[in-house]
Amino acid sequence: MHEWSLVQSLLSRVEEEARKHGAVAVRRLEVSIGELAGVEPALFDSAYELFRTDTLCSNARLEIRYVPARWVCGQCGARVAEGAALWCTGCDGPARLAAGDGIVLERIELEVP
Amino acid sequence: MCEVCGCGDPEIVPVDVHESLLAGNDHRARHNREHLAGHGVLSVNLMGSPGAGKTAILEATARASGGWALGAITADLATERDAERLRAAGIPSHGITTGSVCHLDAALVHDALHRFPWHRLDVLFIENVGNLVCPAIYDLGQAANVVALSVTEGEDKPLKYPVMFRRADLVLLTKVDLLPHLPGVRVEAIEDALARVMPVPAMIPVSATTTEGVALWLEWLAARRDQVAASRARGSAGRALGEPGARE
Repeated sequence: MHEWSLVQSLLSRVEEEARKHGAVAVRRLEVSIGELAGVEPALFDSAYELFRTDTLCSNARLEIRYVPARWVCGQCGARVAEGAALWCTGCDGPARLAAGDGIVLERIELEVP
Repeated sequence: MCEVCGCGDPEIVPVDVHESLLAGNDHRARHNREHLAGHGVLSVNLMGSPGAGKTAILEATARASGGWALGAITADLATERDAERLRAAGIPSHGITTGSVCHLDAALVHDALHRFPWHRLDVLFIENVGNLVCPAIYDLGQAANVVALSVTEGEDKPLKYPVMFRRADLVLLTKVDLLPHLPGVRVEAIEDALARVMPVPAMIPVSATTTEGVALWLEWLAARRDQVAASRARGSAGRALGEPGARE
């Protein structure tokens, strides 16, 4: 359900950019969602469909880019296999998440008269 | 729009933003964190499923902690029953009813901090809404995340909810007094699952009923509290020397 509040953050952030550039409408939005972001892309998309009505985004296409989680050793950078323990046996140290935990507004295409 | 030359067509302006949709919450969380740490209060975001035993562990903590000044902010969709239970156990508590909202965010906690005397506490517990999904993504400004996982929830819970367990600094394996009745639940299997989702797995088996593990949990809290106090001391030394951060 937190997808709803995230979409509201998205719309207000986009409107802020639109105002700044004097845009009358938004053509396209690009959002990336990480595997470990705790955000369900399908729910995010349906929340967007619901909330974009009567906003500057009413005709804006939302493109969601899914970012798989990537764990690497915090020291040597070696990739940790999916589902394995998050520990590098070579360095005897913990892994760190190198990608896949964000929910990020990447890019907007504005229509400026 | 002019069909001859296209004049009057809007110009398409691409804007690269690359900003987290949680940036607003994260900003408010930093503000909470500065206030809490600035007063030397250890703040713990306690998360877990509904019925994992979050409130019971805090009651046991109050019984065992002796002279500590504890406080709590509790959150549920409806009722202030947890806050009432904790007050009865001797922990001053403020209840937030979130209505239909499935998690706490930094703004809700900030608002609660204005309604609740927390400045002189040793430990402030923020007992989040019982939910293994949504609370994980919202930073509240806590110093530590603790997840209560009860033995009755099954061995593979961490694998099913990696987002939550990845963010845990500590997992309290609760209700371990029930283990003799649960032949299908092995503590080693839970530890193995945690190692696959938590880079630095840390787990304390506890029982609010028998008090098993409660002393270890208090030791963990005391060590964290010392860290907060030490960084506060460094901060005030910095302020005395007129280093950046002197103005609050």
